[in-house]
Amino acid sequence: MSDIKLPIYLDYSATTPIDPRVAAKMSECLTIEGTFGNPASRSHEFGWVAEEAVDLARQQVADLVNADPREIVWTSGATEADNLAIKGAAHFYKKKGNHIITMKTEHKAVLDTCRQLEREGFEVTYLDPQENGLLDLEKLKAATTDQTVVISVMHVNNEIGVIQDIEAIGEFAREQGIIFHVDAAQSTGKVEIDLQHLKVDLMSFCAHKTYGPKGIGALYVRRKPRVRLEAQMHGGGHERGMRSGTLATHQIVGMGEAFRLAKEEMATENERIRMLRDRLYNGLNDMEEVYVNGDLEHRIAGNLNISFNFVEGESLIMALRDLAVSSGSACTSASLEPSYVLRALGRNDELAHSSIRFTIGRFTTVEEIDYAIGLVRSAVEKLRDLSPLWDMYKAGIDLNSVEWVAH
Amino acid sequence: MAYSEKVLDHYENPRNVGVLEDDDSVGTGMVGAPACGDVMKLQIKVSNEGIIEDAKFKTYGCGSAIASSSLVTEWVKGKSLDEAAEIKNTHIAEELALPPVKIHCSVLAEDAIAAAIDNYRSKKQ
Ligand SMILES: Cc1ncc(COP(=O)(O)O)c(C=O)c1O
Repeated sequence: MSDIKLPIYLDYSATTPIDPRVAAKMSECLTIEGTFGNPASRSHEFGWVAEEAVDLARQQVADLVNADPREIVWTSGATEADNLAIKGAAHFYKKKGNHIITMKTEHKAVLDTCRQLEREGFEVTYLDPQENGLLDLEKLKAATTDQTVVISVMHVNNEIGVIQDIEAIGEFAREQGIIFHVDAAQSTGKVEIDLQHLKVDLMSFCAHKTYGPKGIGALYVRRKPRVRLEAQMHGGGHERGMRSGTLATHQIVGMGEAFRLAKEEMATENERIRMLRDRLYNGLNDMEEVYVNGDLEHRIAGNLNISFNFVEGESLIMALRDLAVSSGSACTSASLEPSYVLRALGRNDELAHSSIRFTIGRFTTVEEIDYAIGLVRSAVEKLRDLSPLWDMYKAGIDLNSVEWVAH
Repeated sequence: MAYSEKVLDHYENPRNVGVLEDDDSVGTGMVGAPACGDVMKLQIKVSNEGIIEDAKFKTYGCGSAIASSSLVTEWVKGKSLDEAAEIKNTHIAEELALPPVKIHCSVLAEDAIAAAIDNYRSKKQ
């Protein structure tokens, strides 16, 4: 246990550190000796070299998802890509219809974009997932009307790590002639993505969940059949008019290198991470009243989202100060609502409040996992000793039968 | 979220955790709801002279809720029921330096005292 550095980072779905190999490439694009030029400068060497670096990165991003580099539009991250995709398509195709379908478990970047479109007069259907977090395709079909212009369903959920069946949804959307957008911020380097095969029209990416820098992302915009978008950012007409703004060469180069490494190392990395996740799961699963949130099978290797009944999430996080994890508890956010994702799965508030998301990544070690198991077990025991609900559960009292004095 | 030293101290070393054997001298107050993320159970043992001679708590909730109830068990001991009822959420919040989003924890602790006193008095009627 000697050489473990605390706190232990187990929040790779929030963001990842930049891989040192990526950082090295990025720092070559900053100073006067490096590739600092404006890729849009056509009149000199500095611009040409920067453009070459951007082109290489565009190819590297396209390669990871088997797309054409001309289908990649740089953005500031997945939030911007989601906005550009959904607003851009809804606005462009509004003569065809005014209905959008998405899911209640989407990231806020999608949900809030849809809310904005509602304010503009669009109608949005927010589908409930099944209890395991996955979309029921029949529900999607039933919600579709002749007014539906955009379907937006995320690939991998950021909280529970479940993987949606993008292939099946894509088949349906294409058959109906509906634009299909996928938020893939959490899936690059974790799940195979083959855009020659998947019938996806628009796909959002970001670098900082895949060992690249924050503040850079991309939107895949299909060329065949061609998808049109209304630009959301106007200016110098960069990125074929879809997204103006001087390209951030160092960020883009970082994203390219990060995605290149992801493609190269994904298979072995996933295997190692899955082993660590299963070790963590097995180390906790024999405790009483422990529930995994979301489907365990259709799930990325690095995610374990688990609820410890009768223990409140924020106090658990506090006891786990040596672990950097996140919680579905309301207390960790500004609102008093517990995680809307867990609520959408039909989890009751108590279980939502007591959930912890562990996300494991490239730099996680076996020693760290074993240390985490010990800490979590003793914290849960300590807090259950403090918990009146645990006493009641042990006494056989059904908590649902109690009349609580809510406040 | 950053916690004050006092919250951390009560959270790390909660005072008077436990359960009092229920009889006529014991008042029990349970407030809050699991769905809201906090439930406090406060028990007071009252002497024949009407002085709170022991107090125990169990709390399901965030660190500030645990600290508020732990603090309250210390404060009520040695007080008469009327004196204990004077303890207000503002005192608790001030002592623990609770941030605005955690004021409800101190309110809950005040409610718990009131509920325990009510319960004790109802047994005496
Ligand atoms: C599923 C999902 N979509 C969108 C985002 C936002 O990405 P970015 O921070 O790059 O804007 C995130 C990350 O927070 C995410 O997990």
